[in-house]
Amino acid sequence: MTDTADTTGAAPEPGQPEPAMPLIRLTGVGKNYGNIIALRDVSLEASAGEVTCVLGDNGAGKSTLIKIVAGLHRHDTGTFEVQGEKVAFGSPREALDRGIATVYQDLAIVPLMPVWRNFFLGSEKRKGFGLMDIEFMRKTAHGEMAAMGIDLRDVDQPIGTLSGGERQCVAIARAVYFGAKALVLDEPTAALGVKQAGVVLRYIVQARERGLAVIFITHNPHHAYPVGDRFLILNRGQSIGYHAKAEITRDELTALMAGGRELEELAHELDTAGSSATAKQLTKEAKHLGLTDD
Amino acid sequence: MTSSAASGLAEPPVAGPGPDERLARQSLLRRLLGRPELGALLGAVALFAFFSIVADAFLEAGSFSTVLYAASTYGIMAVGVSLLMIGGEFDLSAGVMVTSAALIAALTAYQFTLNVWAGVVISLALTLALGMVNGLLYVRTKLPSFIITLATFFMLAGLNLGVTKALTGNVASDSVRDMDGFDSARWIFASDIDVLDALKIKITVLWWLLFVAIATWILLRTRVGNWIFAVGGSAASARAVGVPVARVKIGLFMGVAFCAWFSGMHLVFAFATVQSGEGVGNEFLYIICAVIGGCLLTGGYGSAIGAAIGAFIFGMTNKGIVYAEWNPDWFRFFLGAMLLIATVVNLIVRRRVERSS
Ligand SMILES: Nc1ncnc2c1ncn2[C@@H]1O[C@H](COP(=O)(O)OP(=O)(O)OP(=O)(O)O)[C@@H](O)[C@H]1O
Ligand SMILES: [Mg+2]
Repeated sequence: MTDTADTTGAAPEPGQPEPAMPLIRLTGVGKNYGNIIALRDVSLEASAGEVTCVLGDNGAGKSTLIKIVAGLHRHDTGTFEVQGEKVAFGSPREALDRGIATVYQDLAIVPLMPVWRNFFLGSEKRKGFGLMDIEFMRKTAHGEMAAMGIDLRDVDQPIGTLSGGERQCVAIARAVYFGAKALVLDEPTAALGVKQAGVVLRYIVQARERGLAVIFITHNPHHAYPVGDRFLILNRGQSIGYHAKAEITRDELTALMAGGRELEELAHELDTAGSSATAKQLTKEAKHLGLTDD
Repeated sequence: MTSSAASGLAEPPVAGPGPDERLARQSLLRRLLGRPELGALLGAVALFAFFSIVADAFLEAGSFSTVLYAASTYGIMAVGVSLLMIGGEFDLSAGVMVTSAALIAALTAYQFTLNVWAGVVISLALTLALGMVNGLLYVRTKLPSFIITLATFFMLAGLNLGVTKALTGNVASDSVRDMDGFDSARWIFASDIDVLDALKIKITVLWWLLFVAIATWILLRTRVGNWIFAVGGSAASARAVGVPVARVKIGLFMGVAFCAWFSGMHLVFAFATVQSGEGVGNEFLYIICAVIGGCLLTGGYGSAIGAAIGAFIFGMTNKGIVYAEWNPDWFRFFLGAMLLIATVVNLIVRRRVERSS
């Protein structure tokens, strides 16, 4: 679909896939929950040193899409390739082992546990005999957070007592620290204030510059546009646009997000209300903007 | 909340990231208030003082060892039950499982005229298998562990009686006192140890302390401990970051089974015969020990030391009422009242700590 994947930064190391081969590629992926079709025929690529944004309104299927990538769900149709190899993960552990780290909308943290225990949960550093290297883990958790510009008061603090942005950053720092090649972020800025969202966005850019492939899910085009290299727009489980940054302006992206849906809905409403002339006019407009799928 | 110990996971301060200036210096009291054991500790001190005053015999060395013995028999089970509870689950079959373990050892040894140690080993294998069945049923069906273990509780209670009657024609197992290996097994599971001239304590007290120490070490220092808190605090999150949730939960059910096996062996070698109807209702006493000790019913919070203090409170009340020469019928009333007080105190303490941030 896109051809302008200019890979900034991160010269590929020997042994790494060439830039032409995306780290993650979904082709025609679909997913049903029982009789609910959550996702239909969606394609997406994410390459090292790039940010791929997935936009869409509530319930559009964004979380479903990334849960497939993260190994929480298996896709029903289509193919999912990691470094050119077809995969279907049975558990998040398998995705992690492939270098795909996910920061979930609910962050996958255990609120009552201290920050450092959360940071290392599932990948605890050990000294032998199953004994944890607690001192190392506490220092590292503090250091990694400091490197992100977040000066934690106390790494023994239960993570549930951190602010939303701080929690988000712990989750991101954790993924980056454990050597993720691909970082998937589900609505990391949704619950944040302007300043905290800025911190998270800056961190996304940092991750890209470190050569990670980032998949950034959001419903805010103003957050997506400045950091994204490609944009996939979902609506009711279907792709209504997949564009490289060079192909689309911020206004078009915003229109696609908001206008597309609104115009369509309005057309439907008017249609049922009988004023078909106006509806046709609107549908035409929507088509002209490239908003509808047919 | 500024408490560094809000989930009972506090570590002794180590060199490294120093405290931040935004972190108001915590008084010792504040730090203590964040520990899950605190409520239980205060309760234990208060009860100790109370019984010392109302019951003259309570402070005698012999009474103290009786109290400790009572505490240990429940405390050993409370170790496994509290870990399971921190991991977010219940085991209502824990009480009768003790009897099952004891019966398995006594019946197999007697029926096949084996060395009792063979019975001990067979019982270990089968009791661990029982725990595994509980765990597997939970993991496979995703039903609440409350329901699953309620079912296994009744099944085991019925099996205990049914099998024993079928084999012995009696409600109790035949005595294994004269069988090979009884003395050495008794020495391990049910002997008396002279601490001082005047003070004899049961070996179960030492085992109890050992198990509490091991459980505490696992919880605070090992990876598995981290996983136990995590699967209890948020199983979905734990799974998402790669924690083998199913294996941890099955392991916790088997931990309870191990404690049940040990308690069962104590029964066999302390009394030589096992009453097949025993154990019913004890599962709640173990849960009470854990809850008094600060374990949260919803999981993810608590400590093995707390559960041990809970068991000690249980032992003191159990025997203190006798030494005070009250009608022992009151014991259950006191136990219920204490459970209520303990949970309310824990609730208040935790809210205080949370609000004072
Ligand atoms: N486990 C599930 N079972 C049944 N339906 C589900 C399940 N998870 C999601 N859905 C449905 O699938 C659709 C897509 O959900 P999804 O969570 O992917 O949306 P989203 O784009 O992430 O929305 P949001 O912006 O609110 O996070 C929704 O209609 C939702 O109701
Ligand atoms: Mg979502």
